[in-house]
Amino acid sequence: MELFDGPWPWYIGGPLIGLMVPLLLYVGNKQLGVSSSLRHVCAACVPAKIPFFAYNWKDYIWNLVFVLGIGLGGYLTLLLGPNDYAIGISEATKADLSLLGISDFSGMVPDQIFSISMMSTSTGWFFMVLGGFMIGFGTRYADGCTSGHTIMGLSNWQFSSLVATIGFFIGGLAMTHCILPLMY
Amino acid sequence: MKNLKYLILGILFGFILTKTEVISWFRIQEMFRFQSFHMFGVIGSAVLVGVVSLQIMKTMNMLSSSGEEIKIKGKKLNSGTAMGGFIFGLGWAITGACPGPVFALIGNGHLAFVIVLLSAIVGTWIYGALEEKLPH
Repeated sequence: MELFDGPWPWYIGGPLIGLMVPLLLYVGNKQLGVSSSLRHVCAACVPAKIPFFAYNWKDYIWNLVFVLGIGLGGYLTLLLGPNDYAIGISEATKADLSLLGISDFSGMVPDQIFSISMMSTSTGWFFMVLGGFMIGFGTRYADGCTSGHTIMGLSNWQFSSLVATIGFFIGGLAMTHCILPLMY
Repeated sequence: MKNLKYLILGILFGFILTKTEVISWFRIQEMFRFQSFHMFGVIGSAVLVGVVSLQIMKTMNMLSSSGEEIKIKGKKLNSGTAMGGFIFGLGWAITGACPGPVFALIGNGHLAFVIVLLSAIVGTWIYGALEEKLPH
């Protein structure tokens, strides 16, 4: 089936992502959100008497099950077909990324950067460790990520989500256009 | 098991995120360079569908499947919203992944993202430890 063979265009995937909002509300009165699962992991494993983690994380097991499902969903695509095809990004992006030293455009992510063996390099620490740290720290500081703010919050006309989303983009643009070029 | 429905919705979400290439570092780089409409189309149409469905649910006073009134808890605006948003944006651009895609990438066999996930958990913990000292 073609639907399961190749990637989907934005006008198929985008609306389906949007449908997660009413689906979660209907199924269990839950708001779409992913980054708070990281907080629940902290609250469950290393609360360390920190007030921010002093709540009953068991009330949010649904959210941990949901993110486990996201991982399984990724695995399911892998079972149904190969995902090491080259992403159809624009030639302009390829040219820009070549300047950053990217030469392998196969797969979802550049293995040149995102592989365990890169942990012996400063590049690996920058992209994986610092990048991950800023995801966790930033989403909690902003009280949400692209799911909870951009999709769920904006769907609900929430002003704080608009501010957060603008913040996400300013941060992303600053990294892409100001900081990344300095790295090479 | 009452949480099974969330597992199924999660699987669906992870599947869609992968098929739409939202989990691709290349796509996120392309987005921040304004070199393709793809990601803007994904996010824009997702929000549009979200807005329309919430409006329908609200006008119809729709109840959840168990008959509860649908409640949406708002998120407060403070200086952390912008500051934290900016910091997350920095991380989003270099990992090419927001939290949802991190889980989907691990499922896709990109085990390097286990490192990203662990580091994100550390970042979350450090935020929690500093929460009362940070400006909000």
